[in-house]
Amino acid sequence: MAEVSLQGEQRVFMTGNEVVAWAAVAAKVDIMYGYPITPQNEIMHYWTRLAPKYGKRFLQTEDEISAGFTMLGGVMTGRKAFTATAGPGNVLMQESCVMAEMMRLPAVYVIQQRGGPSTATVIYAQQETQLTCFGGNGEGHRIVFSTSTHQELFDYTLKAFNAAWTYRFPSFVLGDGYQAKMREPLTIYEAAARGVDLVPTTPLVGEAKPGQFKHLRNTYNTEDELYEVVMANQRDWDAMAPKVVEWKDMHCQDADVVFICHGVVARAAVGAVEELRAQGKKVGLFRPITVRPFPDKQLADAVKNAKKVIVAESAYGQFLKMVDLALCGSKVERVPVLRPGIGITTEELVEEYNKL
Amino acid sequence: MAKVIKIALAGEGGQGVQSIAEILAEAANEEGKNALYIPNFGVEQRGGVSIAYVQISDGAIGAPKFVKADILIPLSPRAVKRTKMHAGKDTVYIYDNSLVQEAEVNDNVVGMQYFDVTPPCPTADEANRDMQQDMIAGEPKTCSFTKPGPGVDPADIPENVKKVIACPANDIAKNELHPRVFNIIILGAIIAATEVLPLDTIKNALEIKLGDKFKANPQLRDMNFKALDRGYELIKSAM
Amino acid sequence: MQEVRENNVLQPAMPKCWNEETKPHKFCPGCGHGMILKALGEAIDELGIQEKVVFGCDIGCSLLSWDFFACDSVQTHHGRTTPVITGMKRANPDIIGIAYMGDGGGYAIGSQHLFNAAVRNEKMTIILCNNCNYGMTGGQMAPTTLPGMKTETSPYGRDVEQTGYPTKGPEMVAAVAPEGAYVARGTVANIRQLKGFIKKALENQLAGNGISFVECLSSCPTNWRTNAKQTWEFVEKDMAQYFKVGELRTPQAKEGK
Ligand SMILES: Cc1ncc(C[n+]2csc(CCOP(=O)(O)OP(=O)(O)O)c2C)c(N)n1
Ligand code: SF4
Ligand SMILES: [Mg+2]
Repeated sequence: MAEVSLQGEQRVFMTGNEVVAWAAVAAKVDIMYGYPITPQNEIMHYWTRLAPKYGKRFLQTEDEISAGFTMLGGVMTGRKAFTATAGPGNVLMQESCVMAEMMRLPAVYVIQQRGGPSTATVIYAQQETQLTCFGGNGEGHRIVFSTSTHQELFDYTLKAFNAAWTYRFPSFVLGDGYQAKMREPLTIYEAAARGVDLVPTTPLVGEAKPGQFKHLRNTYNTEDELYEVVMANQRDWDAMAPKVVEWKDMHCQDADVVFICHGVVARAAVGAVEELRAQGKKVGLFRPITVRPFPDKQLADAVKNAKKVIVAESAYGQFLKMVDLALCGSKVERVPVLRPGIGITTEELVEEYNKL
Repeated sequence: MAKVIKIALAGEGGQGVQSIAEILAEAANEEGKNALYIPNFGVEQRGGVSIAYVQISDGAIGAPKFVKADILIPLSPRAVKRTKMHAGKDTVYIYDNSLVQEAEVNDNVVGMQYFDVTPPCPTADEANRDMQQDMIAGEPKTCSFTKPGPGVDPADIPENVKKVIACPANDIAKNELHPRVFNIIILGAIIAATEVLPLDTIKNALEIKLGDKFKANPQLRDMNFKALDRGYELIKSAM
Repeated sequence: MQEVRENNVLQPAMPKCWNEETKPHKFCPGCGHGMILKALGEAIDELGIQEKVVFGCDIGCSLLSWDFFACDSVQTHHGRTTPVITGMKRANPDIIGIAYMGDGGGYAIGSQHLFNAAVRNEKMTIILCNNCNYGMTGGQMAPTTLPGMKTETSPYGRDVEQTGYPTKGPEMVAAVAPEGAYVARGTVANIRQLKGFIKKALENQLAGNGISFVECLSSCPTNWRTNAKQTWEFVEKDMAQYFKVGELRTPQAKEGK
């Protein structure tokens, strides 16, 4: 393979972790903060090799709590920063994430989910879906992109930075160990080559003009004061949601049965839908790309003609809860396929369909 | 919907399973096809079997792993046992029937949270010698398959598959070529069994991957290409 | 040391408190973890405390020792073994609590726990394996990585301008722990001495004096990518030059007895 570069665009064949590192370069990230954890390590490994070539920086912190908060420090100075982690590291990152929610900091986290709870496995799961969306003492004011291909991993990593800096809510790219370690082709590109504008950054502190000092606040004295702040955030969140929400559907219009999945599991569903459609079966697929904000209206609309939906995830009902909430007014029958910490294949989904 | 060819390779750490998979997937990608390769990884265990999943297609590829393989290639007695679930009625089953002992694994990665994602070069003279130390290294593993032993227990070979082909790659490598090109013979065998890629594409891929070493030692090129052809012919005549 | 003959080769006997079923152990050949645990096993045997010990291992290659001993054992989180054992010992002072961890676990993610356990003089024993890197995750920079040393996250060598100098754990613990603490640094290159340190550490806990902390210079040939000779050279020369082996605090010395 030719030398990888970000000039113009280039088709490459690489692991998901490498994709994320290149996407961060393409997003013109200034600094990465991180702490080792499998299966995310190689994002750091590639970044530490790429960064000096592009005049970028890296700090290995003493743990994930520190990685999260150093990143907050970084973005407050108006520099583009991110971190990447998984599993127990994601748990520790939540503390910084709620500060980012409260103070509206453009933090970016890349999560390569692994098996849980606890240290469990270093391999794969979708068990951090709820954690990533709601894992703090707040209202879950975050944007969470759940990717399913390497192309998306690249595209949405770029997007996560733009979303964070546009709306000032922390943004996550929610991947998993499979995406981290597998190799497949994609096209990486310089943002300009594709007409993608990189949202400019602005400092919150550190570049004060005389007499204009900022005082960033995080603690409030009264219930009412807090209420005002949270509700203001909520209103911004509500206004933003329709602009960032993304989903994909496939043959839902005339489908009797619709698969509902997110992330890498949606790949299995694409395979299943293609196979079953080829046999003349009326099946479809609905896949939220943003699991937060959740495309609830779009989902309800997509399954309005369906008789059954098969909700498949590599966790025990974390995603199902979101689907249930979105479909609370609908009578469509829900068939859960819940496999915590283990992959789901096309064959298994076809089999589930045939069991209906 | 374009056909997706699903290949599962399994062997002992050090048999170079992951490197064959990687070369194969990269060659397919170079041909302009879609390819997906994923190693199994986790905390390494003594006696662990390394499995590589490769899918090649002209269209989109679904889930990274699959249950039933179109081509299933277990390369050690243990791998034969470990991969039973991947054998189905449409599976072409190629196994190594050399009379080798259970692998003697110099398992210097037992316990690591790593698998040979970027594998060491199969033609290196000494384990890890060729590792690109400044690259994201995969895990150095070595194992010897030169001791005679009972080989695969015929009772372990699954019955209801499309075709079973025995390929004494280990013996051929040891007796006719060099133990280290064992996995290149297998690579040739896969090409013959799948017909997804022309043999020349693989030669090209090897040329890219091992070009420097070939230049330094032209005999290596010869030996690798011979191994590739040998594996290819062997399976072609059996198909 | 007791020795037995097997296949006509002198074989050192396995410590009694080792769990035979899980041997041979799971560490890489040439790994220091096994040697440290051997010294620990012998010390436990000599003190006859097998039934009282609760052995806690961290996440890192130390996790591979979760079933290493025929002693009650628990695997915790990365960096959290110190608080877990602290909690046990506070709730049930009759146990002999041993927290076993790596340098990443002890000096990076768990450093606050180590520091505060030392300040509070927790009556427990902490044994830490210093192998200059994060072994389990594939060889990233650790707090103990030597200046200039290449790792996966310091691919151009550890730059002390950017990342500081290697952490000296025993020196830190010795500086903050009150009277009654026992602090030492041993090495797998001198197992007899190391066993002596570990034994004294356990005795210190038995006597209820205070915290006992032993750092062990150890090897990680897999991630160092060294052969046997280079591995030993690194432990004996490079590491020992930076990390001075010996006792830093003994209860007697402190009391001036
Ligand atoms: C919260 C959390 N962060 C990161 C990890 C990943 N992790 C597992 S082991 C390890 C490092 C181990 O290094 P060390 O403690 O030095 O032990 P060694 O393997 O070198 O003996 C890390 C970072 C984890 N399991 N949990
Ligand atoms: S990776 Fe290093 S520390 Fe871990 S078991 Fe192997 S040699 Fe020991
Ligand atoms: Mg270590």
